[in-house]
Amino acid sequence: MSDIVQQPSHHVKLPDGSIEKQTTTLNLGPTHPATHGVFQNILEVDGERIISAEQTVGYIHRAFEKLAERRPLYQVTPLTDRLNYCSSPINNMGWHLTCEKLLGVTTPKRVDYLRVIIMELARISDHLICNSIVGVDTGAFTGFLYVMQYRELIYEIYEEICGSRLTTNIGRIGGFERNFTNAAFEKLERFLREYPGVLKEFESLFQRNRIFMERTMGSGAISADRALNYGFTGPNLRATGVDYDVRVHSPYSSYEDFDFNIPVGTTGDNYDRWLVRNQEMWQSLQIIEQAYRKVQEFKGADADVYHADVPEYYLPEKQDVYTKMEALIWHFKIIMGEIDMPKGEVYHSVEGGNGELGFYLISDGGRTPYRLHFRRPCFIYYQAFSEISQGAMLSDAIITLSSLNLIAGEMDA
Amino acid sequence: MSLTNEIIQSKLVEKFGDAVVNVEQPYGFFSFEVPKDLNLKVMQFLYDEPSLQFRFLTDLCAVHFPDNIGRELAVVYHLHNLNQNFRIRMKVFTSIDQPDVFTATRLFSSANWMERETYDFYGVNFVGHPNLKRILNVDEMDYFPMRKEFPLEDQTRIDKDDEMFGRG
Repeated sequence: MSDIVQQPSHHVKLPDGSIEKQTTTLNLGPTHPATHGVFQNILEVDGERIISAEQTVGYIHRAFEKLAERRPLYQVTPLTDRLNYCSSPINNMGWHLTCEKLLGVTTPKRVDYLRVIIMELARISDHLICNSIVGVDTGAFTGFLYVMQYRELIYEIYEEICGSRLTTNIGRIGGFERNFTNAAFEKLERFLREYPGVLKEFESLFQRNRIFMERTMGSGAISADRALNYGFTGPNLRATGVDYDVRVHSPYSSYEDFDFNIPVGTTGDNYDRWLVRNQEMWQSLQIIEQAYRKVQEFKGADADVYHADVPEYYLPEKQDVYTKMEALIWHFKIIMGEIDMPKGEVYHSVEGGNGELGFYLISDGGRTPYRLHFRRPCFIYYQAFSEISQGAMLSDAIITLSSLNLIAGEMDA
Repeated sequence: MSLTNEIIQSKLVEKFGDAVVNVEQPYGFFSFEVPKDLNLKVMQFLYDEPSLQFRFLTDLCAVHFPDNIGRELAVVYHLHNLNQNFRIRMKVFTSIDQPDVFTATRLFSSANWMERETYDFYGVNFVGHPNLKRILNVDEMDYFPMRKEFPLEDQTRIDKDDEMFGRG
C-alpha cells in the first residue's frame, strides 16, 4: 500500500504478473454539494478507494487582511464575521478582545459574562450544525432537521441583541452596543429549558446507532502527534486525546470563573470528533447556565452596565450626540477614524467553534492596523485532509470532510 | 520548573550568543529576532531542547516594512509550548531583493500552507518548500499583493487620502 501511495503517477505500479489497473482522477468540487463550500479535491481513485488527494482552496479570497489595513479598528468587526460564519459572535469577541488588549481597556464583569453567554451560544450553534451535517453525510437527515429549529432560536437571541442573525457584528470595543433586552433573556431561558432534552434526543438518535457507528468509527483517524504537527486545535485535536483548550489554558473574558470540563477522545476518528463536539455542547450549556446566574446577581445600577467607560473607542448614545458637545466630538472622531492607536504588537487567541482563532495585530501608532493577520483554524486543518483520507473510501472522505468542520469562510480570508 | 521569559532568553543566548537580537516583551509576549540563515537551527533548538519544547507552530506570516532598507520583509513565527502553555514569537528579516528563507515544513507539517500563503502575499521564497506556489490568488498573478507598494484604494481619490488615516 505504501508504495502505491507514494506514486502520484496516473498508472499504479503493480507487482509483475498482475493485470494492469488504471486509476481515475476525480474532481470533487468546487460547488459539489458534498464539498461543503468552495474547495476542490482532486482525487486519484482506484475504484472507490482514494490513492492520493490534492486540495485546492482560493475560490473566495476576499483580501480581509489588506482591507483591514485601511480601516479603523471597529470597522474590522464586519470582516471577522465572515470568517467562520457558523459562529461569528466568537470571531467578533475575539477581535474586540484583541483590540482591548492593545488599547489597555478593561471590561466590567457583567460584560465579560454576557460575552461568555454569547460565545457559548455561538459554539453550540456551530457544533450543532457540524454534528448534524455529519449525520446527513451518513444518510440521516432527521437529526439535522430536528435540531435546526434550535439554531433558529439561537439566531433569534442574537437578533434581540444586535438586530442581525448570521453575520452578527455583535459587540463593540469595551462591551456591547446596547443592553440585552428582557426578550433576549426570555429566549435564553427558553433555550436553556428546552435544549437539553433536544440534545439528549439528538444524541440517542446517533450515538449508539449501528449504521452511524459503522460509517464513522475508524475512518478519518489521525494520531495525536500528527495532529499537533499539523497545527490542529479545538475539537479536532481534543478528539485525538490532547486536552488543549484556549478557554482553560489562557482564559479570556472571565472564563476562569466557570466550572467545566474539557471532553477528550482517544482515537481521533470521525466518531470521536462527533462525540467530543456533542460533549462540548453539554459543557457549553453548563457554562451558559452559570454565566446567566452570575448576570442575574447584578442589581440596581450594576444591572445596566453593558460596556466599559472608554469614550475614545465606544460610540456614545445617539441621544447624547444630539445634546452633549463632548459626545458629539467623540462620535465624530470615532466615525471618521481619527483616533490614534498606541504602538504595539499583540497576539490574542480565542477558542473558536473550530479551534484556536488568533489575531496578530501590529500597530505603528497610526489609525489603522499596520498589519493584521488572522490565524484561521480551518485553513490549517485542511492541509491534513490529503493524509487522513489516503486509503479511505470515497464516501468516508466526505464524512471526514464534514467532521473536520471545514468552513469555507475561514479557508481563505 | 516553569518557563519564564528570562529562562528562554538565557537558553537562547547560551546557545546562539549574539545572534539573538531585539529581545522584546510587548504585552508580556516574549519576542526576539534571529538572522534568517539561523531560523531553522533556532527552531530546531527550541523544539528539541528538553527545557523548552516549543513543538507547536501556531502561526506563520510576513510583514512588509518598506522603509527598512535591506530588511524589508519580516517572517513572524508564533511558537507554543503546549505542556507549559507558553508562547513565543520569533522573527527573521530578509531583504526584498533576495527574499530567501529556509522552510519550516520539515519540522512542522502545518507550515506548508502557511508558507504558501506567505509566499503568495509577500513573495517570501521559502527555500526547500515542497510545493511553493500560490494558494489563494490566481497562478497568473505576477506581483505580491500584500506588499505596501500596492495600496488598497485608488490613489487619485482625494476624499480619502492617507493623511486622514494617520499615514500622511
